[in-house]
Amino acid sequence: MPSLKDLKNRIESVKSTRKITKAMQMVAAAKLRRAQEAAEDSRPYAKRFNAVMASLAASVGDSDAAPKLLRGTGSDQVQLLVVMTAERGLCGGFNANIAKLARQKATELKAAGKTVKILTVGKKGRDALRRDFAADFVGHVDLSEVKRIGYANAQGVAKDILTRFDAGEFDVATIFYAEFVNVVTQVPTAQQIIPASYEGGEAEESSAVYDYEPSEEAILADLLPRGVSTQIFAALLENGASEQGARMSAMDNATRNAGDMIDKLTIEFNRSRQAVITNELIEIISGAEAL
Amino acid sequence: MADTMQFDLVSPERSLASLQVSAVQIPGAEGDMTAMPMHAPTITTMRPGVLRVESPQGTSEYVVTGGFAEIGSEALSVLAEKAIPMDEMTRAHLDELIEEARETYRTAKEEEQPHDIVEEAAKLLADMEALGTHMSL
Repeated sequence: MPSLKDLKNRIESVKSTRKITKAMQMVAAAKLRRAQEAAEDSRPYAKRFNAVMASLAASVGDSDAAPKLLRGTGSDQVQLLVVMTAERGLCGGFNANIAKLARQKATELKAAGKTVKILTVGKKGRDALRRDFAADFVGHVDLSEVKRIGYANAQGVAKDILTRFDAGEFDVATIFYAEFVNVVTQVPTAQQIIPASYEGGEAEESSAVYDYEPSEEAILADLLPRGVSTQIFAALLENGASEQGARMSAMDNATRNAGDMIDKLTIEFNRSRQAVITNELIEIISGAEAL
Repeated sequence: MADTMQFDLVSPERSLASLQVSAVQIPGAEGDMTAMPMHAPTITTMRPGVLRVESPQGTSEYVVTGGFAEIGSEALSVLAEKAIPMDEMTRAHLDELIEEARETYRTAKEEEQPHDIVEEAAKLLADMEALGTHMSL
């Protein structure tokens, strides 16, 4: 049985923990709003971009003139997994879920005899995967100094990936991130970015016949690397919103749990105090009776 | 014939403009062009330059650094890598862009990349500097 003093200290410490989690929840809520806005602002660009790419890709098709980024290298032996996670923890299962999906995929690919290479964006993913796949790491992108994800950050990551692709380091690239559905739901997602697949927009686009200046192939060659940046940028923004959403609900839970714990401890504290008082009374009374 | 068309200017980070316009001057990769309503559907890439938008409400200008434009008969979308309204453009901004282009050129040259890549970087740099002259900064 803990002493009264112990209980009191315990209650105090849980109270200060609750203060911290509450503050973190509120900060996450504010950041979430900004992250969501950023994600929404980027959507028109991505939508139009994909529509144009879809019609271009459809017209150039699988011909030999198609750039490698679209057609692929003709092999899928070496797979690059780009695992994008947060730089910080304390956001529920956010990082763990992305890492889990990536781990699953890596194990699957290895079982199929493929070579796996891993590029991590964000410290937490690297930490989570280091134990099993440290030998497969080819690089890490550190975004911990970045306060607000900009297009330039995405371009940096894309450039890194494209340089590796040009050097023939891998055949297929897949990005892993969490898609933001709402504050409580974030879905870990794997998306293949090289070779690129632009589909879906073809039906509506085929009606207009475009002139291309310069040629279709030249435009495609110019746009495909940008497509990689655009997709990475979109994924980074989704990830940003997801992270804040996950942190917000995790901290909300933590705050509530701390509250429950305080209630329980307070009841226990009051009971033991009562017991002490009763004990003292009994001692006094039995002392008086003995006289 | 309609005398205006829908114009959208979007960058990856945000949407900058969406309005009815009568003509837009685009710094196309193979030369400037002006798109007006009922233009033949065209997709063109852009070089760094000034995008001039004429609408019934007046004229506005944007500095864009590459990207592409999708011209339809009733709509025009410009997807710019980076777009800055002319009145927000400052010397410092431009210097930054030029410095960036210079850096690309230098690394391309140092790494002894294929001739066309170096050439392209040089062109980018020249475009940026021409932009500065154009704006008389």
